[in-house]
Amino acid sequence: MNLEILTPERKLFSDDVYGVQLPGISGRFEVLEKHAPLVSALKAGRLKVLKDKSHHAAYFDIQGGFVEVLNNKVTVLVEGATPVESK
Amino acid sequence: MAGQLKEVRNRIKSVQNTQQITKAMKMVSAAKLRKAQDAIVQMRPYARKLQEVLSNIVSSSEGEIGMNLAVERPVERVLLIVITSDRGLCGAYNSNVIKLAKSTIREQYAAQHAKGNVTIWAIGKKGYEHFSKNKFNTDATYKDIFLNLTFENVQACAQAAVKAFEAKEFDVVEIVYSEFRNAAVQRFVTERFLPIPKVQKKEGAKQSDFIFEPAKEQLVAELMPKILNTQLFKAVLDAHASEHGARMTAMDKATENANELLRNLKISYNRARQAAITTELTEIVSGAAALQG
Repeated sequence: MNLEILTPERKLFSDDVYGVQLPGISGRFEVLEKHAPLVSALKAGRLKVLKDKSHHAAYFDIQGGFVEVLNNKVTVLVEGATPVESK
Repeated sequence: MAGQLKEVRNRIKSVQNTQQITKAMKMVSAAKLRKAQDAIVQMRPYARKLQEVLSNIVSSSEGEIGMNLAVERPVERVLLIVITSDRGLCGAYNSNVIKLAKSTIREQYAAQHAKGNVTIWAIGKKGYEHFSKNKFNTDATYKDIFLNLTFENVQACAQAAVKAFEAKEFDVVEIVYSEFRNAAVQRFVTERFLPIPKVQKKEGAKQSDFIFEPAKEQLVAELMPKILNTQLFKAVLDAHASEHGARMTAMDKATENANELLRNLKISYNRARQAAITTELTEIVSGAAALQG
C-alpha cells in the first residue's frame, strides 16, 4: 500500500510500505494492506512506518492531524512532523 | 563650458550607480520569488487533501453538521487581516493592498467603522505603519510574521482570530491580501475567513463506507481549525510570492528607465563636449587671424 505524509510546508514521505502505526486520538492503531476506508484524528505522538515484513522501520514525531485510508492509499495530514533516527 | 561637462559626467555616474542597485535588487527578488513559489507548490497537496477529507465527511453524512464556526451573526464588530510586505520599493504593491482594505471598509462596513468597530490586524510592517498612522484600530502582535515565516507563527495568528470569533469579539473576519498569479500579475482580493462558508455537498460524489474515529461531529470540529490555519498560511505565502514578483517587475522597470536616462544624458554629454571643442577652435582661429591681420 502507498503511504504519504503531508505537512503544510512540504511532502515529507511518499512511498510503498508494508504498514504504518499511528497515534490515534483514542489509542494507537496499525494500518496494513487492504484496510477498510477510514478517517481518524491523530494526536501528537510517534508514527512508525513499517517498510517491509521484517520490520525495517522509520519513525516520525508528529503533531496532531488526520489520517485518511482509501483504496489502499494512506494519507497522513499533520501540521508538523520531524523524522526520528531509528533506535 | 567645462563646468557643464563635469556636471553631466557626474549625473551619468550617479544614474549608473542607481542602475546597478536596481539590477541587483531585481536579481535578489527573482531568487526569492523562486523560493516563495516553491513554498506554495509544496503546501498545495496538503490543502487539497484537507478539503477532500472534509467533503468526504460532509457528503457521507445525512443532513447538516452543526458547526459553531459557521454561524452567521448580525455584523457588529469586524476584523480585517491585512497582509502587506515589510519592505518598500515594490511598485504599487503595498498601496494597492491598503487601498483595497480601505475600500472594503468603506463599501461593506461603513456603519461599523463609524462606530469604531473595525479592527485591523496588519501582517507586514508597511501596512501596520500606514494604518496606525491613520488612526485605525490596529494590533501589532502579528506584524512581524515575515521575519520568520513558518507555519507555527501563522497558525498562532489564525488561532487567535478563531478564538476571538468564538468569544464574539468579532462577528466577521476577512483577509485582505494579494493572490499570486505570476511574477508580473497579482490579484488583490478580500476573502471571507470567518464565519466559514457552508460546504456544498457534492452531487453524485463517490460514497465510500468510511469508518470515522471519533464521531463525525467531533472530526469536523477538529478539522475546521486546521483548514482555517491552512487558509491563512496560503494567503500569507501568496502575499509573500506576490511581493517578490512585484518587486522584481518594479526593479526591472527601474533598470530600463535608467537605461533610457543614460542614453539621453550621453547625448547631451557629447553635445556639450562638441560645443566646447568648437568654441576652442573658433578662439584659436580668430586669435591667429588677429595676429596675421
